[in-house]
Amino acid sequence: MSKSPAQPQSGNAILDWIDARFPLTALWKQHISEYYAPKNFNFWYYFGSLAMFVLVIQIVSGIFLTMNYKPDAQHAFQSVEYIMRDVYGGWLIRYIHSTGASMFFVVIYLHMFRGLIYGSYRQPRELIWLFGMIIYLALMGEAFFGYLLPWGQMSYWGAQVIVNLFGAIPIVGEDLAVWIRGDYVVSDATLNRFFAFHVIAIPLVLVMLVAAHIIALHEVGSNNPDGVEIKKKKDPKTGIPLDGIPFHPYYTIKDLVGVVVFLAVFSFIIFFVPDMGGYFLEANNFIPADPMKTPPHIAPVWYFTPYYAMLRAVPALLGTQVWGVLVMGGAVMIFFLLPWLDRGAVKSIRYRGTLYKGWLAAFVVSFLVLGVLGTQPTDFLGQVNKMDVAVILARVFTVVYFAFFVLMPWYTKADRTLPEPDRVTG
Amino acid sequence: MKQILLFLLAATLCLGANASETVKLDRAPGDVHDSASLQRGARAFVNYCLNCHGAQSMRFNRLQDLGLTEKQIRENLLFTTDKVGDTMTVAMRKADGREWFGNAPPDLSVIARSRGADWLYTYLRTYYRDEKTLTGWNNLVFPMVAMPHVLYRLQGEQTLKTEAAAKGEEGGEAHHAESHLVLNKPGTLSPVEYDAMVGDLVNYLVYMSEPFLTQRYQTGCLVLIFLGGLFVLVYSLKKEFWKDIH
Amino acid sequence: MGEEKKVDGGKRRLLLVASGLAGGAAAAAVAVPFLGSMQPSARARAAGAPVEVNISKLEPGMMVRAEWRSKPVWVVRRTPEMLTALKAMDERVADPASEQSVQPEYAKNEHRSTKPEFLVVVGICTHLGCSPTDKLKPGGESGLGEDWPGGFFCPCHGSKFDLAGRVFKGVPAPINLVVPPYVFVSDTRLIVGSDGKGA
Repeated sequence: MSKSPAQPQSGNAILDWIDARFPLTALWKQHISEYYAPKNFNFWYYFGSLAMFVLVIQIVSGIFLTMNYKPDAQHAFQSVEYIMRDVYGGWLIRYIHSTGASMFFVVIYLHMFRGLIYGSYRQPRELIWLFGMIIYLALMGEAFFGYLLPWGQMSYWGAQVIVNLFGAIPIVGEDLAVWIRGDYVVSDATLNRFFAFHVIAIPLVLVMLVAAHIIALHEVGSNNPDGVEIKKKKDPKTGIPLDGIPFHPYYTIKDLVGVVVFLAVFSFIIFFVPDMGGYFLEANNFIPADPMKTPPHIAPVWYFTPYYAMLRAVPALLGTQVWGVLVMGGAVMIFFLLPWLDRGAVKSIRYRGTLYKGWLAAFVVSFLVLGVLGTQPTDFLGQVNKMDVAVILARVFTVVYFAFFVLMPWYTKADRTLPEPDRVTG
Repeated sequence: MKQILLFLLAATLCLGANASETVKLDRAPGDVHDSASLQRGARAFVNYCLNCHGAQSMRFNRLQDLGLTEKQIRENLLFTTDKVGDTMTVAMRKADGREWFGNAPPDLSVIARSRGADWLYTYLRTYYRDEKTLTGWNNLVFPMVAMPHVLYRLQGEQTLKTEAAAKGEEGGEAHHAESHLVLNKPGTLSPVEYDAMVGDLVNYLVYMSEPFLTQRYQTGCLVLIFLGGLFVLVYSLKKEFWKDIH
Repeated sequence: MGEEKKVDGGKRRLLLVASGLAGGAAAAAVAVPFLGSMQPSARARAAGAPVEVNISKLEPGMMVRAEWRSKPVWVVRRTPEMLTALKAMDERVADPASEQSVQPEYAKNEHRSTKPEFLVVVGICTHLGCSPTDKLKPGGESGLGEDWPGGFFCPCHGSKFDLAGRVFKGVPAPINLVVPPYVFVSDTRLIVGSDGKGA
């Protein structure tokens, strides 16, 4: 911290003692009380703080679950039911964790969508976006590893299918899949190592990435719904952005309202619909894992289904299935390029033209449609000319999904944008 | 019991295919707050199911939730163990089960969560005589089921009558909606009594798969009411502070 | 918002305090299931349920061990001589009337039991949790000197207890051996862990 040597004394002896040894007050000021955020944050800006809140919920509930869970193929399924019944408050902790996993993705998807509509990934915030994308990848890993732990049929076969995707990689694939599992099928060894990844390795990475995400954000300052830089118009005397307000108390209190509303939704799910109609907790996952019997229809949890639909949409070609895996991987990785694909004159959707708006709408629709398709068997819409309708749809929307990114340099440049205002509006 | 065991011994490899979607499921009448029904269901479960199926996550003394006393549990329901704190395990070994049925009878602790109440209710009422199967029994929603009809003395024997249009009884394909079951030999219970008894049993299975359900709803109501109040408080706090911002 | 509104400091403070209290209450309520989950589970409680001890074959002067909550419980059938000898011990034990020690009210008497003949104690030294060895026979045979009155000896740090589980003076253990709740359901059977007053 580059602070003047004459730190103002707070008058609190303990605080002064700490500040002389650790920049507590300076950190508090830099990140909370004197971090100036644009005053025009709207609904979409709740999801950043909510994502952190859910991370804390998951870590705390996860710690208490590990106290009774057994990462052992013989006991895992039973130990989850043990938690649900025999451990005091166990059902609540377990439902908090299972609901939290899905809600984490709800919040993260909305947070990412906010970035898309207001151009929050653009210069100078590219690195924030990259950190965010790595967080998203880590979160997918965390969810995938965690999903094996209840050791139900869906856990087991879901992991089996996903690990086998690595088997599609030419030459090394098969060995790689065996190495990941530590066995020739998903087994006790797999469960044990997934447990290690889920409870310590990835959470540690996640927490560090979140810190990097926020440090980067506070370095350049927050974007806002107008997409204009508030740091360009500062009060000449104080050097504070004219459109900036201290994060604390204004946004701490505002985010608190968001937290309470979120908690109401969260609690409603936990207490009244913890299965969420089979989307948060699947019926087949209440059958213990059975390596001898695959359930008739397996699909990943809802937050992976858009990618899963793309995987299924791509046919095997030249005797290998690697193309589907590449498309699926590409669909996630292409987000990383976003800051360099967007050539628009403005950041915010408020001042974008119809071209960008149209493509964004098409992208959102394809993401959602793919998501729905991924939850269903491929024949659920019937057939036309011996082709599954659902597969045709999935192919069309996979193309739209990629077109949104690939064509972005052109349509954003050709777009007829409105002039950006000097200062933030309302 | 002996006849049943004979059935079991006769039964061999026939893994049940999954529920065919074409059979319309009847709605299970249960109400998990009806403790009289749950008590009857618990008794039926212990008498008819627990011989082969365990419920190793369910402790006998949890049945106190249903209004039973420890003494009642000890005297009426404790056949497989002598401690009320024990779970409902079954004496039959898994390997034996596999040999007798081709399939170890599954643990029923959370069966209502994987199958659903309506499926169970329909399943237990749609057994019919089928000489082509090894057990002599078949089922509408679970074709080629490994389990024989354990409750046939109560329900009686049904047979499948298929409309002339349908093509015979070729395995699962023939079980279309046009088929219906006819009671040939009545059992000790009338159809209405039998349905009620299965309703209680399924109700108990639903309860057993989530015994804390009532507590979950009650806690949920309190939490939501509290959060409503907290919202009013926090929202006025936010409005008060944001008066500063223009 | 055209006009300046005056900041109502009192209202702010009130709302802050109220929100803080409500938030604190919520946090406390949430802590209940989380901290509660660390208590013994239904399985642990079932395993720690009262145990029945059969004493029909217990000869006078002998001891039988039972396990209750994974701890050893000793049942000693004391002879009349042993009971008489207890009286003389009052001088040598630290807490003769069991004032500082842990036992149900019905075992807080000179013989520390409901029936004088039977002693029921948890066989865990009150010092650091070792399980003492039984040296029921008096005298030098025990290896504890000629004046050993019969009792229990803890090998870890040398604490000594008499045949009522009372701790000797000048040994590390602070209080007498703990008497668990128990009840005789018949002349030959007793239940340890429950005295019939609770559940």
